[in-house]
Amino acid sequence: MAKESTPKTVLTVLLLALVCSTLVAGTAVGLRDRQEANQRLDEMKNILVAADLYQSGADIEALFATVETRIVRLEDGSFVPPEELAPAEFNQLKAALDPELGRKLPADQDLAGLGRRENYSLVYLVRENGELAKVVLPIRGRGVWSMMFGYVALDRDLNTVAGATFYRHGETPGLGGEIENPRWLAGWQDKKIYDEEGQPALRVIKGEAPAGEEGRHRIDGISAATRTLDGVSDLLQFWFGDHGFKPFLERHRDGIMEEGGSDHGR
Amino acid sequence: MADETRGQLFFKAIFERNPITVLVLGICSALAVTGHMATALVMSVCLTMVTAVASSIISLLRERIPNTVRIGIQITIIATLVILVDQVLKAYFYELSRQLSIYVGLIITNCIVMGRAEGFAMSNPPDKAFLDGLGNGLGYSFILMSVAFCRELFGAGTLFGVTVLPLVSRDGWYQGNGLMLLPASAFFLVALLIWLLREIYPSQKERG
Repeated sequence: MAKESTPKTVLTVLLLALVCSTLVAGTAVGLRDRQEANQRLDEMKNILVAADLYQSGADIEALFATVETRIVRLEDGSFVPPEELAPAEFNQLKAALDPELGRKLPADQDLAGLGRRENYSLVYLVRENGELAKVVLPIRGRGVWSMMFGYVALDRDLNTVAGATFYRHGETPGLGGEIENPRWLAGWQDKKIYDEEGQPALRVIKGEAPAGEEGRHRIDGISAATRTLDGVSDLLQFWFGDHGFKPFLERHRDGIMEEGGSDHGR
Repeated sequence: MADETRGQLFFKAIFERNPITVLVLGICSALAVTGHMATALVMSVCLTMVTAVASSIISLLRERIPNTVRIGIQITIIATLVILVDQVLKAYFYELSRQLSIYVGLIITNCIVMGRAEGFAMSNPPDKAFLDGLGNGLGYSFILMSVAFCRELFGAGTLFGVTVLPLVSRDGWYQGNGLMLLPASAFFLVALLIWLLREIYPSQKERG
């Protein structure tokens, strides 16, 4: 053991802290590009998974290129021409914080606990033989510990869920973290977002959702994940409500294919 | 202990003095990540690397580490290594790093790493410390892989994600054992392994 004196101890500790922090900071900075590229790839993959286009082992970027990326104005649901905002450069989360591109949500509107919401959102259109087959919408909202990010894919009728994923969150693994479990997410399929009055009605319940018509607005619960799932229900209420995608979905319920085709200028 | 050859030191750490079954350290992750063999394998590799490297570094510095703050210094070194591993996983093995989620970070508090640093590396030369760390890491890996093998095979009917026993729910014949899917089942499996190793190495049994 080294001879002990307070200055020497302090010096050793400081030196070690310096070396260690340099190492950690160096690695974090050095690997950041790769990590961010991975994250973008993961987002693409999840969009494909939600739209049921993903094949394991396939080239994600090539597959993703078949999906049409558009930007919509959430206020009225109209498409924003790419000259005004280019989808490839649009960062939705940064937009929410931007004073021009986002706005603060008053507490009574802020069901998903977002604080601020962007005025524009990316949407992903999946076409089959030139006709719109699915629309993938980004969703997010607060769970117990973290912001949960995911995608919901809707069928051509813009009401039936075709698929869903959660790809980033900090919920407890094994409990709330089960929201990313594909088996649970498979249960979202064929559920209906809106009820007869056109209000968003889809939510997660405790226990098992009833089969058939009765359970069309209900998603199975996960035991020990109730509060996370309340967050999921809330974010569905928000993103399919008046301040989310409802204006967009209503505007295009009958004619998305035409408009999508006409100002298609990408 | 002093007159053990390096080979003995290494192999004893894997079986006879296995950190999980004899010292009962590192149980938390043995329960948490053994649902699938793939995650168990990555966790094993990460922990073995961290234990071996941490033990070597701490052993190299052992003459210079002031006794009063030695635990803090050990933790700092271990934490640095774990963060490096975590960053590399995020950059090169993104899918796996997502599956392991918080457990990689928890290597920092894995008792085996600390235990070897404090119990062995602080009083032995670096080459021995490296072998000891490697051996203990492999001992941990051996238990993890055995437990994961049983849990994945009997719980989900697969090994490394490849179907071995087709499940009834997927038109096969095997009724999956639900308990095996739950972390608690690892308690039973670890206990069985402890029993097995005690039969092989009677010296592990308490006298009397």
